[in-house]
Amino acid sequence: MRGRRVRLAIALSVLVFLATGPGEAATEIQWWHAMPDALGEWVQDLAAGFNQTQAEYKVVPVFKGTYTETMTGVIAAFRAHQHPQIVQVFEVGTATMMAAKGAVKPVWQLMAESGEKFDPGAYLPAVAGYYTTADGKMLSLPFNSSTPVLYYNKDAFKKAGLDPLKPPKTWPEVAEDAKKLQAAGYPCGLTTEWQTWIHLENLSAWHNQPIATKENGLAGLDAELTLNGPVQVKHIQQLGEWQKTAVFEYGGRQAADKAKFYTGRCAMLTASSAAYAAVAAATTGKLEFGIAPLPYWPDVPGAPQNTIIGGASLWVLAGHKPEEYRGVARFFNYLSSAQVQAVSHQRTGYLPITEAAFELTKAQGFYQKRPGADVAIQEITHKPPTPNSKGLRLGSMAQIRDIMDEELETVWAGKKSAKEALDSLVKRGNEILRQFERTNH
Amino acid sequence: MPKRVVFPHRALPWALVFPQLLITLVFFVWPAGQALVQSVLLQDAFGLSTHFVGTENFRRLVADPNYVHAVRVTLVFVGATVGLAMAAALLLAAMADRVGRGVVVYRTLLICPYAIAPAVAGVLWHFLFNPTIGVVAGWLQALGYAWNHVLNGGQALVLVILAAAWKQVSYNFLFFLAGLQAIPRAVQEAAAIDGAGPGARFWRIVFPLLSPTTFFLLVLNLVYAFFETFGIVHAVTGGGPAKATETLVFKVFNDGFVGLDFGRSAAQSVVLMAIVTGLTVVQFRYVERRVQY
Amino acid sequence: MVEPRPGLTILTHGVLSLGVVLVAFPLYVTLVASTHTAESLLSRVPLWLGGHFWENYRTVLGAGMRAAGGASVGTMLRNSLVMALAIALGKIAISIVSAYAIVYFRFPLRMACFWTIFLTLMLPVEVRILPTFKVVADLHLLNSYAGLTVPLIASATATFLFRQFFLTVPEELAETARIDGAGPLRFFWSILVPLSRTTIAALVVVLFIYGWNQYLWPLLVTTDEGMYTVVMGLKRMVTVADQAAQWNLAMAAVILALLPPVVVVVLAQRWFVKGLIEPEK
Repeated sequence: MRGRRVRLAIALSVLVFLATGPGEAATEIQWWHAMPDALGEWVQDLAAGFNQTQAEYKVVPVFKGTYTETMTGVIAAFRAHQHPQIVQVFEVGTATMMAAKGAVKPVWQLMAESGEKFDPGAYLPAVAGYYTTADGKMLSLPFNSSTPVLYYNKDAFKKAGLDPLKPPKTWPEVAEDAKKLQAAGYPCGLTTEWQTWIHLENLSAWHNQPIATKENGLAGLDAELTLNGPVQVKHIQQLGEWQKTAVFEYGGRQAADKAKFYTGRCAMLTASSAAYAAVAAATTGKLEFGIAPLPYWPDVPGAPQNTIIGGASLWVLAGHKPEEYRGVARFFNYLSSAQVQAVSHQRTGYLPITEAAFELTKAQGFYQKRPGADVAIQEITHKPPTPNSKGLRLGSMAQIRDIMDEELETVWAGKKSAKEALDSLVKRGNEILRQFERTNH
Repeated sequence: MPKRVVFPHRALPWALVFPQLLITLVFFVWPAGQALVQSVLLQDAFGLSTHFVGTENFRRLVADPNYVHAVRVTLVFVGATVGLAMAAALLLAAMADRVGRGVVVYRTLLICPYAIAPAVAGVLWHFLFNPTIGVVAGWLQALGYAWNHVLNGGQALVLVILAAAWKQVSYNFLFFLAGLQAIPRAVQEAAAIDGAGPGARFWRIVFPLLSPTTFFLLVLNLVYAFFETFGIVHAVTGGGPAKATETLVFKVFNDGFVGLDFGRSAAQSVVLMAIVTGLTVVQFRYVERRVQY
Repeated sequence: MVEPRPGLTILTHGVLSLGVVLVAFPLYVTLVASTHTAESLLSRVPLWLGGHFWENYRTVLGAGMRAAGGASVGTMLRNSLVMALAIALGKIAISIVSAYAIVYFRFPLRMACFWTIFLTLMLPVEVRILPTFKVVADLHLLNSYAGLTVPLIASATATFLFRQFFLTVPEELAETARIDGAGPLRFFWSILVPLSRTTIAALVVVLFIYGWNQYLWPLLVTTDEGMYTVVMGLKRMVTVADQAAQWNLAMAAVILALLPPVVVVVLAQRWFVKGLIEPEK
């Protein structure tokens, strides 16, 4: 009899326990992202790390495909009121997000309302500038930022009689080195990925040339493209001529064809600093490579200035409860802490977003262990950004980049001169910008 | 259509048609209507600000030389893809229908390409035709032909046609074979007894009997080539180089999902839908007359 | 084969072999690529099978799928299977009865129904995906099997195909059924459906594969990793592998994802029987 009552009591208490649970459930915060594979693990670890430091909030990352697919998903979800709190949006979507005033909650507002401490000055200006308004208010949190660098084949340089520790600094030097490399049996000198981002956008910033009026669009929706300026025309023209002699070899849009570098065909590659892991993985045991800053044209006054970033940032979406926003604010502070940033930077190769993280990484001796890893940071902090080099904010940027790709392809195929192509680019791009302005005023 | 035996029931057919009709109305007509309404609107990505603009999106299309160019590219692409896919599949199905031994192996191997997810098929073509590491690209270059579809528009178009037709050959083969297998052997035997050789038998007896399947495939292939090839073009050439492979459906998705200009994308969808519906109606009216049921 | 003709038989095998080589070649290259190391793929993909088959496949099944996020291979397989089967069977079920109604009955708005159903072919899913998502969300079907499958059952391919087939069925069969006093449903079950065997087989293959290979729709409709499908996980791997030039792993993943559809193809072959039993006249 007594045994049965004990068992009943136990059963009841188990039931009560199960029914009520171990206290209140944590507030869930959904974070939609586009980071696959190893980077996806990084995202999961970041969320897990935050969740472990406190029990009130639980950040739940959800992988939503590529950047474009994630954007589509978020728009679909927003229109159906099923959207997450945090979404990772690529840099070309910045203008769209910023213009969607009823859909987003800017970071500065989020921080102010949640009462969490927030110091915009702690963020590296070249990194945060892209995602900040003209008067310094942060709109989204920089998350995974990178900048273009020059990868070069040290083995090839040795074979061609060039000093592997002295990569070319200027574009004329690139051509000279390329000719020697070709003489040593390397069919091509230079190839690139992301030609739009590297050879037009960053080219402009690195030489302190405007990409568009109104501070590259940061100061207003009525910006107009200025990519057909003398420096840009000269550079593209030169690349077009080099394409004929394989000093430069075009491999395809976006990140299409780094294989030209991996196979040793092209001895130099301009690519994102975030490509480091991929380049290292693909070249282990095959060739030794080095990293150098982007070359520049020495006859342009003020060059080199600083490069601008690419990548993505974290946007907060409107329409959620204040306690959820408090959780988001805490999470953002966690992400921005020097410790977390330093670990992330060293793990992924993405730029650290705060000065403190950079200093910490330096102090940990990381850059000695991995020479070349600091090239990216040096590029973005080379000089304080000017209005031409804080970043850019143009509507329908993805479409404008498509136009850029198309027009550049006509130059590489020898169908148009650089000036014709860039003039056409500017004209077509401006049409798109005006359309965006109309739709989003 | 020939006179048919019909059952006189009144309520039963409605009950039979109801499930499909319901799903169609809820999950197609309603959302499609909303999507198409966007063609007369100017809206931002999130749907926060909407302006009614009447036919403006359409007028911009007509005035855009790139759109006209895309129409031309599409016609070439569709014609070549459908022609290639159907002819090759018919030939292979006819052969497979004849063969006794090994037919399962042939059939399986020929149907398998259809099983590859479109989302990843682009990587395959990369492997074959990428100028730097592609197998076939290597052969072509060894033969002296400079293959570089990244710069050469004509080559890029050939490549997407091949890629799109490839998948369809599998699909068409499957249905042609099913159709051929459903033709009673007795019919062929009777013709053979009458002295008709295999070639004559095929064209005069089998092909007409196959015409319902052929008609079905013709309509579906056209629909496929017009509508469902966005993924292939996107993965293999991205519409490039310099718009050489930018088809109408590619523009629809590009403007919609990448450009986030849903009004423009919707207007293009309306035009595309009109074209294909028109083509289909024409087929039903004129081509179907020659189909033997 | 009606009469033996050795010359033609050789030609037949020849054409088929050539066809298979051309059509299956990309698949062959995929298989080959999945058996090599990443480095050997960088200098012109080789044509012969390499020796890293087990290593690559083990990596993909272990690390690869895990990195593709949360869901285990087993869960993803289950979801893909449920989705593919539901779509295949669902579509066939509703389409065969619709086609039957449209062909064998006369009722008001008959042609209107046909064209309404048929119209679903005239607009691809992606164009209407945003509003469809909203409908599914409003019906509280996100992150559910119903939400994954029902909207994809809407199209008309199967109805159209059955219609074509039914129109070729000899009138005498229906005549005889009526004279024998069999009702329309009896006629349908006992005569029409068995006759439609090869059509159903072809559709099972096609629709299963269609359902299995869906990518964009499941991506949008699920946020719960427990609902992920195999192709979603695969696409992630392939995208990244493409970037990191780990194509051997990407191709291994492609082959793995192919296996269930191929099994369906092989199994369905049994229904592709030449010369169906002639029904009694």
